Amino acid sequence: MTGRAVGLLSPQRIVEAALGASVADGCVVVVNSSSSANIRWANNTVTTNGVARDLSFFVVSVVGGAAATVAGSASDAASADSVAAVVSAAHAAAVATSRLGPARDAQPLVEPGAGGADDFDDDPADTSFAVFDPLLAGLAEAFAAARSDGRVLYGFVDHDITTTYLGSSTGLRLRWVQPTGTLEVNAKSADLRRSVWSGLSTRDFAGPDIGTVLASLRQRLEWAKRTIDLPPGRYRTVLPPTAVADLMINLAWSAGAREAHEGRSAFAAPGGGTRSGERLTDRPLTLFSDPAAVGLEAAPFVVAGHSSDDVSVFDNGAPIGRHDFVRDGVIGSLLHTRGSAVEFGEPFTPTTDNLVLTGGAADRDIDALVADVDRGLLLTSQWYIREVDPMTMLLTGLTRDGVFLIERGEVVGAVNNFRFNMSPLDILRQAADVGATVPTLSREWSDWFTRTAMPPITVDGFNMSSVSPAT
Amino acid sequence: MSAQIVPPGGATPPARHGLDPAFTDLPLIRLADAALAAATAAGAEFADFRFERLLTSTLSIRDTAVQGATDAQTTGFAVRVIVDGVWGFAASVVPTADEAASTARRAVQVARALAGVVDERVERADEPVHADLAWVSAYHIDPFSVAGQDKIALLLDRSERLLASDGVAHTQVGLFQVKENKFYCDTAGTSTTQQRVRLEPTLTATAIDSATGAFETMSSLTPPVGRGYEYLTDGSWDFDGEIAAMGEQLLEKMKAPSVEPGRYDLVIDPTNLWLTIHESIGHATEYDRAIGYEAAYAGTSFATPDKLGSLVYGSPGMHVTGDRTVEHGLATIGFDDDGVAGQSWDLIRGGILVGYQLDRTFAHRLGLPRSNGCAYADSAGHIPIQRMANVSLQPDPGGGSTADLISGIEDGIYVVGDKSWSIDMQRYNFQFTGQRFYRIRGGRLAGQVRDVAYQATTTDFWGSMDGIGGPQTYRLGGAFNCGKGQPGQVASVSHGCPSARFRGVNILNATQEAS
Repeated sequence: MTGRAVGLLSPQRIVEAALGASVADGCVVVVNSSSSANIRWANNTVTTNGVARDLSFFVVSVVGGAAATVAGSASDAASADSVAAVVSAAHAAAVATSRLGPARDAQPLVEPGAGGADDFDDDPADTSFAVFDPLLAGLAEAFAAARSDGRVLYGFVDHDITTTYLGSSTGLRLRWVQPTGTLEVNAKSADLRRSVWSGLSTRDFAGPDIGTVLASLRQRLEWAKRTIDLPPGRYRTVLPPTAVADLMINLAWSAGAREAHEGRSAFAAPGGGTRSGERLTDRPLTLFSDPAAVGLEAAPFVVAGHSSDDVSVFDNGAPIGRHDFVRDGVIGSLLHTRGSAVEFGEPFTPTTDNLVLTGGAADRDIDALVADVDRGLLLTSQWYIREVDPMTMLLTGLTRDGVFLIERGEVVGAVNNFRFNMSPLDILRQAADVGATVPTLSREWSDWFTRTAMPPITVDGFNMSSVSPAT
Repeated sequence: MSAQIVPPGGATPPARHGLDPAFTDLPLIRLADAALAAATAAGAEFADFRFERLLTSTLSIRDTAVQGATDAQTTGFAVRVIVDGVWGFAASVVPTADEAASTARRAVQVARALAGVVDERVERADEPVHADLAWVSAYHIDPFSVAGQDKIALLLDRSERLLASDGVAHTQVGLFQVKENKFYCDTAGTSTTQQRVRLEPTLTATAIDSATGAFETMSSLTPPVGRGYEYLTDGSWDFDGEIAAMGEQLLEKMKAPSVEPGRYDLVIDPTNLWLTIHESIGHATEYDRAIGYEAAYAGTSFATPDKLGSLVYGSPGMHVTGDRTVEHGLATIGFDDDGVAGQSWDLIRGGILVGYQLDRTFAHRLGLPRSNGCAYADSAGHIPIQRMANVSLQPDPGGGSTADLISGIEDGIYVVGDKSWSIDMQRYNFQFTGQRFYRIRGGRLAGQVRDVAYQATTTDFWGSMDGIGGPQTYRLGGAFNCGKGQPGQVASVSHGCPSARFRGVNILNATQEAS
C-alpha cells in the first residue's frame, strides 16, 4: 500500500522544489507524510473513532548564521510555486532574525556521510482502519464477556505511520518510516469501585491480543475485592515497567547539558559544572536511548523544526547513536546540540525517540519482586505527573487504577489512592530490587513517548504524600 | 464565498476584521458539497464537513539571541457521519472534490466496520439551523500582519531589560500566536465560517547561586488572551512594570525562608486561582468525564449526574459560570463544532452543582433540549469531542479588594502566579505551586517564603472559601495547552476569577517532600 497523495507533489518533489527555490546560505527541508487510524471505547461500547491522512513540511532557512523555520501543509504542496512561497517566507524570516547576528546554536549544516539513504525515492508507507480487523472480533467478544461478568471496559487503540523525508542544501537525502501503535485498556467493576489498567506499544498490531491484556486485568480486579485503607507515608513500593517508564522519561527530558552547565537543572553541580560522573546507585543500572534498539527502532538522525536548549535546527540530519543518560549507576553524558557541544567543550550527544533501562536481574519478573516484599505496595499505574522542584527533579503525581498492598510476598488487597512526591533520581538511588527489562508503555506519556523497555523496580521509601479519595 | 458576519447571541464582540480572503478563497463549499453528497449517497443519515486552517507562529528569545522562529500553516478537512446510529470519521489534507468525496466514503466505511462493537446509537439534541453565518473574534491588529523583525525587536528589548536586573542570570522570552479558521457545513443546512486570534506572551527570569547549586525562576503573570498584537503594547497588561519589578522579586525569592509545612489561611490571587478552577471545576463539570467517556485517559469526575442539583461543591457564595461568549476568552466562539451557537450558563450556583458542559449528544443524554455548545476539535485531523468552555468564578458584587481579603488573615499566605499543577483522575486531590508566596502576618504582607505547595480535596477547598473579592479584583487567566481525549487534542481556554480567601489549607514544603 502506498500513502502517496494524489493531487499533491510527492514528498521527494517537495524537497527538491524547496531546495531549488532557496537562495539562502543554507536550507533544510523536512516532509512528513502520515496516516492514522484509531478506535476509542467506554462503557462497553465504541464511542469515537476515525482515520486521517496528513502531509506537512517545513523549511529551515539559514542566513548569516541565523535560522528561521516556516512550515506548510497540503495546501502549500500543490505545485513547485506554492512550495517556493514557503521557502521565500522562511528566507524572509531568517533575514529578519539575522539582524541580531548568528544564532547561538549556529553550525554548518550537516554534510552527507558515506553511503546515504537508498530508500529516499520510495513512497510513504501507509496504514488504514483495516489494521484493526484482527482486533475488532476480540473487542466484540470482550464487550460481551464484560457485560455478562459485571465489568465495564474503556480503552483506546491507535496506529500511525509517519514517513519522514529530509533533504538539505548540503546534499543530505534521508528517509525514515516510523510506525507507532498503542493499545490501552481500563477495566472497572460494575459499581466502578474497582479499576485497573494495562497498555502496550506495538509497531503493527500483528501480535497484540486484547484477550491477553484482559486476562491480567481480571486478576487485578480480583485482588481489589478486598480493600484496605492506608495512611500517607513512605512505603517500600514495587513499580512495574510501565510506572518506571513514566518516571524515567521525565529524567531523560530533564537531561539537557546547557541547563546543567548554566546551573539551572538537577544535573547542575554546586560550584559549577555538571553532575555527569556522579554515582546514583551501586546497581549496574543503565538508562539509554538507541535508534537501533530492537523492537523500539526510532529515527537515526536529527529532525528539528525549532531550536531549543537541547535540539537545534542546524543539526537536522545529523546521525544519532546510542546515548547513555546513566551508565552502570553513574550519571552519563547530558544532551548537547552541536552548538552547545562546541560552547562547553563536550561531545555532540543527540537522543532519539526511545528509552531503555537495563541492569536488573534477567531472571526476575514483577512477580518475583513482589514475592520478596514483606510489606509494601504494588503501584501499577500513575497519573498527572508534573515537576514540582526542578532543583531536585521532584515530581508529583497520583496512583491510579490499581495500587495494592503486599504482605509476606503476596498481594492481599487494593489500597486507597495516593498523591506521591518523588524524584526519578531517587527512584534509581533508592532502588532495592530490579528485575528484567521488558518492552512497556508509559501510561502518563503514551501520547508522546511510546517506545520504552524497562524493568520492574522495588523502591525503598517511596513518598506517598497524601491520600486521594479517587477510585 | 460570502457569509454574513453577525454577532450570534450574547456578548459577542463586533467584528473588527473580516474573514481572511486567503481562507475564504479556498474551495470550501465545493469540497463540502462533494463530501456531504458522497456521505449521503453512501448511506449516512447525517454528515458534517469541517475545513480548518491553523496559522501559528512561535518566537523564542533566550537572553539576547533568537533561539527559535517558526511559522506554520496547517490545512485540512474532516467528514463526520452517522450511519445507522454509529459515528464514522475520516480526515484528509488533499483539497480536491474527489478526495472530499472519497474521505466521506471512508468515514462511512469506518462507521459500518464498527457496527458490531457499538452498543448505543447516537442521538443528539436539536439545534436551529445557522445558515451562511460568519464570526470573527475581537482583535485590532492581526499578529500575522506584523513584521518578524518588529516582533523580535520588541521581545529582545524586554529580554535585555530583564537581563539587566540584579541577580538575573538568564531570560527566556517568547510569543506564541495563533489564527484559527473553521468552515463548518452539515446536512441539516448549517454553514458557518469563523476566525479566532489568540496570543500567549511569556517571560521568565532565572537566578542562580552557583556556589550552592540553588536556582530559582520567576515568570510573568501575563495571561494568554484572545486578543491581537495590540495586547503587547496597548497597556492592557503592564509589561514594563512587571519587568521592572521581576528582578527584585526574584532576588527576594532566592533569599526567602523555606515555608514551615502545616495548615494556613490563604488568599489566592486570580493569577493562580484560574488554574485551580480549571482543574478542580472546569474538568470536573465536563459531562463526558462524568459519565465515563474519559475514564481510560483523562479520568472521570466526582461530580456525577446523580448529584446534579444537590452536590455541595463549595461555600454558598460560590457562583461559577460556563461560557463561550466572553470577550477575549480563549474558548469563545461563534459556533461550536456541532454547529451550535455560543452560550453562557451556570455550573455552580449558591455552592451547588447545577450544570455541565455539553455537546449535542450529551445534552440529549442529559435530557436537555439544547447543547450549550462545547464540541470542539483542535484540527481537521481530529474528531470533535466535548471540550471546556470558559469556566469562571464570579466575583462578589459587593466584595472588597485583595488587600481587604488579606486583612482578614492573622497568619497565612498570599499566593501569586501559577506554576506546577496536578490533580487526580476524579478531580478530588490536587496540588499546586505558584510564582510567589508571601507570608501574611496580622493582616499584612510580610515578605516572601519559598518551597510552597498547597494540597487539598476539591470540595473541602471550595467549602473553605470564606471571602470572595469584588469585581475590581476579577481577571481572566487561561492556557493554550489544555489536553484531553485520545488521540490527544489541545484546546485554549480562559478562566475568570477574583481574588479569594480560603481557610486552613494544607501547605507542603516541596524541598522536604524530596528525599
